[in-house]
Amino acid sequence: MLALSAAEGCPPDHSMALKLIGELSARIRAHAAGAYPQECCGALLGRDGDSAREILELLPLPNQHGASPRNRFTIRPEDFRRAEATARERGLDLVGWYHSHPDHPALPSEFDRQHAWPWYSYVIVAVEKGASAALASWRLSDDRMRFTPELVENGAKAAVPSWEL
Amino acid sequence: MTVKVIIPTALRQFAGKRESVEFDARTVGEALDSLTGHYQELRKHLYADDGRLRSFVNVYVNDEDIRYLAKDRTTVKDGDTISIIPSIAGGCLSLTQGPDHPMARLAKESNHGNHAGRSTRST
Repeated sequence: MLALSAAEGCPPDHSMALKLIGELSARIRAHAAGAYPQECCGALLGRDGDSAREILELLPLPNQHGASPRNRFTIRPEDFRRAEATARERGLDLVGWYHSHPDHPALPSEFDRQHAWPWYSYVIVAVEKGASAALASWRLSDDRMRFTPELVENGAKAAVPSWEL
Repeated sequence: MTVKVIIPTALRQFAGKRESVEFDARTVGEALDSLTGHYQELRKHLYADDGRLRSFVNVYVNDEDIRYLAKDRTTVKDGDTISIIPSIAGGCLSLTQGPDHPMARLAKESNHGNHAGRSTRST
């Protein structure tokens, strides 16, 4: 049985808004569409405020799931460390992760829940036949039992310049 | 031996919001025991019920994964840095909900302001 069912009927938690600054939403979608039919993944760098979490930069990362990259993603520990180091260099925090669901909805799977951590934002973008579709963000409860959707907003362009690794 | 333990952002809420903590320890196990003794909420996120480190938790001493050293018996020296690195993984394989599932509607409701910038596959 899917543990997500515990969250059914709950509206998106407006106290947990996620702001994707500038073109970041479009960049996540472009990464997801470009990786189709495989899953893409990357890190979300930003700041965690009292009322909202702002994502200011993306760090696209290689999907290291060798056996099944069409329906799995894995980020290597060394890429995790690189993401944290990059965030520190930029004066930001590593606040979450994004990945795509090729030809599946933007809903966390049971596998996603089993491998997720509390506090991080997990942005999932659906890709339907190669075109990006719904984008949603989720947070795992501290007891790891369920995901709650975050309200996703597009924010004004950031003062921080866009960059790529 | 004073070692620094770096705590990932996701777990700082269980460690007094500290980015790192220093302990006197001779091994990685001692340092993590001190850490989870000091911040007991951390324990369930780092250890499984059988007392072993969760398989989704990686621990590095400086740049070395302790799985390839002596695991929790890996010795540490003054000034070493121990990093807790969560495994990040997921994927849609076990998804059982369809687009009409209630969670799909929640996803749609949480998707305000993200209709612009829809992109198509790039090659």
